[in-house]
Amino acid sequence: MSVLMILAAIAVLAIAAFFLARQRALAPLGGNPRLLHSLPGYYGWYGALSVLIPTLGALALWLVVQPMVIESRIAADLPAALVADDTARALTMADVRRVAGGLDTAVARGVLAEAEAMALRTETTDVRALLAGVGVALGATVSPEVLEAAQDYRGLTHWGVAGRSVLVLVLAVAGLFWGVSRAHKDFRARNAVEKVVQGLLIAASSIAVLTTVGIVWSMVSETFDFFTKYPIRDFFFSLTWSPNFRGGSDLGMLPLLWGTLYITVVSLLVSVPVGLFSAIYLAEYASKPVRNWVKPLIEVIAGIPTVVFGIFALITVGPALRDWFAEPLGLGNSGSSVMTAGIVIGILNIPFISSLSDDIINAVPQSLRDGSLGLGATRSETVRQVILPAALPGVVGAILMAASRAIGETMIVVMGAGAAAKLSLNPFEAMTTMTVKIVGQLTGDTDFAAPETLVAFALGMTLFVITLALNIFALWIVRKYREQYE
Amino acid sequence: MTDLSAQTGAFAGSGQSLLTPSARMKRRNAAEARFRLYGVVAILIALATLAIMLFTILRDGVSAFAQARLTFPMELSAEVLDPKGNRLRDEMSKVTTIGYAKVLSAALVAELDRRGIAEEGVSEKQIGELISKDAAGQLRAEVLADPAMIGTTINAEILAAGRIDGYLKGRVTLDSAELDSNITPGQLRLAEQLRQAGMLTTGWNWGFFTNPDASDQRPEAAGLGVALLGSAYMMVLVLVMCVPVGVAASIWLEEFAPKNRWTDAIEVNISNLAAVPSIVFGILGLAIFINFAGLPQSSSLVGALVISLMTLPTIIIATRAAIRAVPPSIRDAALGIGASKMQTVFHHVLPLAMPGILTGTILGLASALGETAPLLLIGMVAFVDNYPAPPPEGFLDPATALPVQVYSWASRADPAFIERSNGAIIVLLVFLVIMNVAAILLRRRFERRW
Repeated sequence: MSVLMILAAIAVLAIAAFFLARQRALAPLGGNPRLLHSLPGYYGWYGALSVLIPTLGALALWLVVQPMVIESRIAADLPAALVADDTARALTMADVRRVAGGLDTAVARGVLAEAEAMALRTETTDVRALLAGVGVALGATVSPEVLEAAQDYRGLTHWGVAGRSVLVLVLAVAGLFWGVSRAHKDFRARNAVEKVVQGLLIAASSIAVLTTVGIVWSMVSETFDFFTKYPIRDFFFSLTWSPNFRGGSDLGMLPLLWGTLYITVVSLLVSVPVGLFSAIYLAEYASKPVRNWVKPLIEVIAGIPTVVFGIFALITVGPALRDWFAEPLGLGNSGSSVMTAGIVIGILNIPFISSLSDDIINAVPQSLRDGSLGLGATRSETVRQVILPAALPGVVGAILMAASRAIGETMIVVMGAGAAAKLSLNPFEAMTTMTVKIVGQLTGDTDFAAPETLVAFALGMTLFVITLALNIFALWIVRKYREQYE
Repeated sequence: MTDLSAQTGAFAGSGQSLLTPSARMKRRNAAEARFRLYGVVAILIALATLAIMLFTILRDGVSAFAQARLTFPMELSAEVLDPKGNRLRDEMSKVTTIGYAKVLSAALVAELDRRGIAEEGVSEKQIGELISKDAAGQLRAEVLADPAMIGTTINAEILAAGRIDGYLKGRVTLDSAELDSNITPGQLRLAEQLRQAGMLTTGWNWGFFTNPDASDQRPEAAGLGVALLGSAYMMVLVLVMCVPVGVAASIWLEEFAPKNRWTDAIEVNISNLAAVPSIVFGILGLAIFINFAGLPQSSSLVGALVISLMTLPTIIIATRAAIRAVPPSIRDAALGIGASKMQTVFHHVLPLAMPGILTGTILGLASALGETAPLLLIGMVAFVDNYPAPPPEGFLDPATALPVQVYSWASRADPAFIERSNGAIIVLLVFLVIMNVAAILLRRRFERRW
């Protein structure tokens, strides 16, 4: 039975259990639900859940474990030369799976009978040609060992599929009987069902933690792998970045870090003044209709995908900066540059800074404004000398978060900053960032044993740590220096 | 600090009228005006960049929705296309696209002869180059689907080559053709004659929405078909995976969670996850879903898993706000008449919070739709010119996504792809506008003040 068929069978049994359990709880009471401990539906749900939970759990477990068990048994039977190390083993197993899949297709198309497929020998048949005939292309001729392993694989898989169906169906029927048999008027069905629901809710909220664990685990393990192949000191302190997939690369992250920070500073120079001043204007000066129109319009910028900003950097901002500033000033002739990426990231961050600052400024109590204005200060004096100092921790927090976003931004720098790792002060020169290099090292064909690929994980880890630290620092500042009014 | 002094006498020294500002006051008022101006300028800068950005995208992208086509009568001669004359699909498919390309260019040359259109220095081969390289494949597919077409003369609308398309849109000029190895000025002058003869026209480009991606040499045939399908698959999967989990997590955190370390850890986690750079989620997807779990690269399932994890914090934050907005009196009333805690939440709080949850979900999906960086790492940037199968198997087929297509077209050399890229952005933005307007309308319609 295929997995879909099993799922359908489980669904049918669960529905049956729902009605049977509900029926069984109500029947002795002459259909009067008031004599039950719980509403009748809860007995039904208890029945359905006692089918669903064990079967779905068993099915999921089986689907994960079966391939692992089968592969380890097959690998144990293969000659040692074919499974010498992890890479060879993975290649051989991929071959085995492909041949087994090809045989399955051949049987399904009626080219081979089931018995013929299992009796196939490389000495008598050209397996590669046979499988090519049913549309399964193999890279090389099939060795006798691989064919035998593939036949074993098919045999074990057939057993596995049969075992899976039997186990799940037995569990489903047992669950049905159990759930229905417990349906009695004194049984606290609601409490039981609510326990299960609560368990599901807890599981759902744990996914956030699991994601973090997954992020950290995936990067830490590969990063350690990288540091066994490449000296950790060179990674953090070397001044050159020149990866070379033939070996002998220099993978120092400092040029990338320099590019990242340079672009971030440029972006803050754009986003902080513009964002802050528009927030101040909107909060303190703008009339209501102006505010109602302008605020959503600025927030539209935040809804535009970053790849659109990337195109904007690539097609409009980059060439404009090159033609109007870089070339006349003799600073370079590259469209992609620190300036291009920085300015566009700055634009992207304007709504972020402006809406955060707007909230913070609005949170400053009106009494402070009234007091300052009452003493005769002008509005701008009130803003500069009363409101901004009161709002400062929040504004600093917002700026730090904007910096963290700029550091982690990818599409704009991929399309606007360039790919050359350089330590230069000229803002019109193309430089590169950590995110650009993560994308560069991980797209396309990658070899996960080479330090040139694994360095991306170390870069990702560094990026993750930097942005996380900035965010935590921002939150800490906001909490520590926040003025408590009232 | 103010000029009340004249009346009170205490500051009589200045002896000034209230109505004539002092030098100091003038300075302060000027500073005030400057400060105010800075605010106006800041807002104008923000709005102007937005306007410029949208303007450049529209300017460069609108033409992607139009496409140049050549119209000329063409005899599908049986001798060439079905040499054995049996009209059997297997036999006919032995004629490759090269055979069809010859038929096409011969028909065009014949039509030009008939009409007496000629241009000095343009060979018959160059006339054939006016036709898109993709047209032969399309014609072949049509003929194979309907063998009865063979032997008839059809008045075909044939895709024109990318440079001709660009000429009609003003992107390619006689000057640029001088430097271009793909087109000669003679060919352009011929195209101009064809246009005046009504054989070369520009029309609405459905292919842009339905065609799969095309190779570097044939931008005129590239379309968003696979990308739209891939994005749609991903959005469906994100909706199915992310919303139930996000809502369940919010309910627990907001209504049931005891105050303890575990809950605190979850809270901190969610707010931190919302700030993790998107590329890190791509690394997670590559390491866990592809390398560890062995799911197929470039598949919409992996894309959806990664995007779901990214969108989860957004949805949780929005849902919690919506649940918190339901006043406690509702809960108290339900509990007071004997509902259990779970019944209170699911029968009363959740339905009342639903509009807020829906709004948050739509906005979360809108930002998920535009997400690009993590998808690059899980291989969705690959060149895919086969449509993914219908679900559920299709979720595992290689696909690409709308924003990724924007990126991959933008990184091609031919400027015709920049037009396509901007066109794809317009499509993407239209979807985003629809989603955001839907969210705003939902909020307006169902917003409730307690």
